[in-house]
Amino acid sequence: MSTPPPPLLEMRSISKTFGPVKALADVSLTVRAGELHALMGENGAGKSTLMKVLSGAYQADPGGSVLIDGKPIQSGDPKHSRAMGIAVIYQELSLAPNLTVAQNIFLGREPSSAGIVDRRAMNRATAPILERLAVRFGPGTLVGDLSLGERQLVEIARAMSTKARVIVMDEPTTSLSTREAEQLFKVISALKAEGVAIIYISHRMEEVYRLSDRCSVLRDGAFVGTLDRDELSAPKLVAMMVGRDLSTFYKKEHKQRDDDSDIVLSVEGLGDGKLVEDCSLAVHRGEVLGIAGLVGSGRTELARLIFGADPAVSGTIRIDGESVHSRSPREALSHGIAYLTEDRKALGLFLDMSVSENVSMGVLERDARRFGIRNFRTAARRAKGAIASLGIKTPHSRINVGALSGGNQQKVLLARLLETEPKVVILDEPTRGVDVGAKSEIYRLIDELASRGLAIIMISSELPEIIGVTDRVLVMREGRIAGEVKATASQPIDQERIMTLSTGPANDNATNATPDSAAAQQVQHQ
Amino acid sequence: MTDIVHGDEARRRLEMKGIIRALGMLPVLLLLAIGFELLSGKFMSVNNLSIVMQQASINIVLAAGMTFVILTGGIDLSVGSILAASAMLAVIVSLIPEYGMLGIPAAMALGLAFGLANGGLIAFLRLPPFIVTLGSLTAVRGVARLMGGDTTVFNANLPFDFIGNGTLFGIPWLALIAIGVILVSWFILRRTVLGTWIYAVGGNQEAARLTGIKVSLVLLFVYGMSGLLSGLGGAMSAARLYAANGLQLGMAYELDAIAAVILGGTSFVGGVGSIWGTLVGALIIAVLSNGLILAGVSDIWQFIIKGLVIIVAVALDRYRLQGAART
Repeated sequence: MSTPPPPLLEMRSISKTFGPVKALADVSLTVRAGELHALMGENGAGKSTLMKVLSGAYQADPGGSVLIDGKPIQSGDPKHSRAMGIAVIYQELSLAPNLTVAQNIFLGREPSSAGIVDRRAMNRATAPILERLAVRFGPGTLVGDLSLGERQLVEIARAMSTKARVIVMDEPTTSLSTREAEQLFKVISALKAEGVAIIYISHRMEEVYRLSDRCSVLRDGAFVGTLDRDELSAPKLVAMMVGRDLSTFYKKEHKQRDDDSDIVLSVEGLGDGKLVEDCSLAVHRGEVLGIAGLVGSGRTELARLIFGADPAVSGTIRIDGESVHSRSPREALSHGIAYLTEDRKALGLFLDMSVSENVSMGVLERDARRFGIRNFRTAARRAKGAIASLGIKTPHSRINVGALSGGNQQKVLLARLLETEPKVVILDEPTRGVDVGAKSEIYRLIDELASRGLAIIMISSELPEIIGVTDRVLVMREGRIAGEVKATASQPIDQERIMTLSTGPANDNATNATPDSAAAQQVQHQ
Repeated sequence: MTDIVHGDEARRRLEMKGIIRALGMLPVLLLLAIGFELLSGKFMSVNNLSIVMQQASINIVLAAGMTFVILTGGIDLSVGSILAASAMLAVIVSLIPEYGMLGIPAAMALGLAFGLANGGLIAFLRLPPFIVTLGSLTAVRGVARLMGGDTTVFNANLPFDFIGNGTLFGIPWLALIAIGVILVSWFILRRTVLGTWIYAVGGNQEAARLTGIKVSLVLLFVYGMSGLLSGLGGAMSAARLYAANGLQLGMAYELDAIAAVILGGTSFVGGVGSIWGTLVGALIIAVLSNGLILAGVSDIWQFIIKGLVIIVAVALDRYRLQGAART
């Protein structure tokens, strides 16, 4: 064979140190034209750092190099990276909601003559890209009016408009509905056919199995290995990511109780006058109740109603048989209802405050000395206890919680809830944006809490997780509870039925004709 | 036990770090002082430093209240007007025979009432702090003028004039009050549940609500505190002048108070900052005013220089913190 052409992208022995911390150590990665290269690893494994080196946001330590078609890229120069055809779509979208789609796509490089922006040219150039993406909106639509999923597509349109040759997608489907994700996957294969290379970062194994041509794994800032498509398997990947065997990923050892006398929380006819309507449910002591449903089906809204975060217009809530009225989270907490938000950064954590403060924030009054004077000793004890019992990885409890990885942040938030000694815990997407190792630990923790007699409601969009962890699943559709799916002695929870209930009878045929991606992948996963 | 000790030690180390960060502007303060001493040769005298402290004291008191407010991510533009109205009341009450001393609590009560009114509108009607306090900046100024029939009120035999002009063990009363306010503020912010809640509300208001923190109470408290301290400032001002004028007194004081807080490194979006920083910030402003006068700089140039120093000092601070955040 003659010398093969150089690969589209080659990253050679990239290292990156931040002060004393070595975030990347001698990582090499080769990406070919037209392939989807999945990049996996736990949070903190160095995926984002590597991608930031690629995009020029970070300068790599001397000794490493990034080559496109064999030509080196100047490290630490985002403009040069972009000019060489690298586009990165970050998890936190970087769009201006007050501008139109076209304005966003051309932000910073508007076509203009004599300093005046040529709007028409901009819209003209945007239209064909949007057409290829088969979206419902046009160049003139305000980004603020779009759903999160649609905004993701705008980001991709932006990457396409720069004629990017390598597109990095960081957890692109996290906020997408199933249909939007399908659309994205179609676009991805079209891009691949044109020779564009995609680097795809995701925690969702199903997607990785389905989409990737090759998959590389990082662990603790080091390159572990690359697997070809036909070598991919869950045990192999997980072992590579965590460096140990996760034979029991899910854990369900608590005994389900369903005696009526064991009912802790019961909700009847709850509604908010907007989306949620006539929802009733009951949770037993020591039970894990799952709430499934599509994004936007009202799961979070229902949880917030129960927790008093939003006002309910109808319905009753009973704790241990007694009717309670929670008009605020404060009252709900005093009744023993705790809620773990799905958006821990925006709605949960105090990122500028320490782990210790975050853990004890909910019980400051209870711990205080006379006249509301803080008891720092108790706070330190609580933090120490939480770090030990939940396995929070942090150098010490005085570090800012914002410096921890996603999984550890989630554990800190969970610790805060548990310090309030709740009777019912509502967990809204408890493993979102959390790496595999931490996921498994959170499942164990849920199981342990149920064994201790807590009633747990878990909202999740990941079916394997719901089936693996819960005893019983309620499925929501369009603000109502569409049905219940239970495990029996002989059979586990049926996920086909969950899918059918969540998409509704009207869509049954469509669902069967093009099996929902999630369902299809999850069968694979099982 | 050893672990608890370890925790204490870690806390102390962190507090030291916090203090060092809070005192980030201290070198600027010292440089200014040395510079003015070299320029004028009179700056470092005990007498002058005592004057600086007196001049700084009212702004320190206002800025302490402002620190509470800005820590929650809010702003209080009405402190100067509240100070004027309170000073008016202080002088008017001081004229009552036998009960003249009541001028001080009366001023503080009036300040508190205005502050709580601000706080109520912000906490319960959820109006933006900037707009509410912009409104009360104007309205309370009107009240202050109304109180004296739009004239200056005097009391040559002010019963609490020692506050404005007397000393205790050689230290001006004004300075003692300012230091006392700083200490009380530090205690509330760093040692009480309420203080932690203030930082929490400023850091993430919605998270604070979902954690069960009484956000409305916190907001009511910080604006109440700012009003109360403005009232105290009013009493201090009246005690110094033996008089109050609703039209002129306290004009633009809110700007100096805000400048002191920002110079002190408190984040304008809330959640981060300290009262010690505010103290240093207020002293920088006082030293600048006093030093520029001693150096014979004209009034017009004083304005320009003060404004530029504030911008440059904060820019330097941001630059320094950015460097620290990177490691």
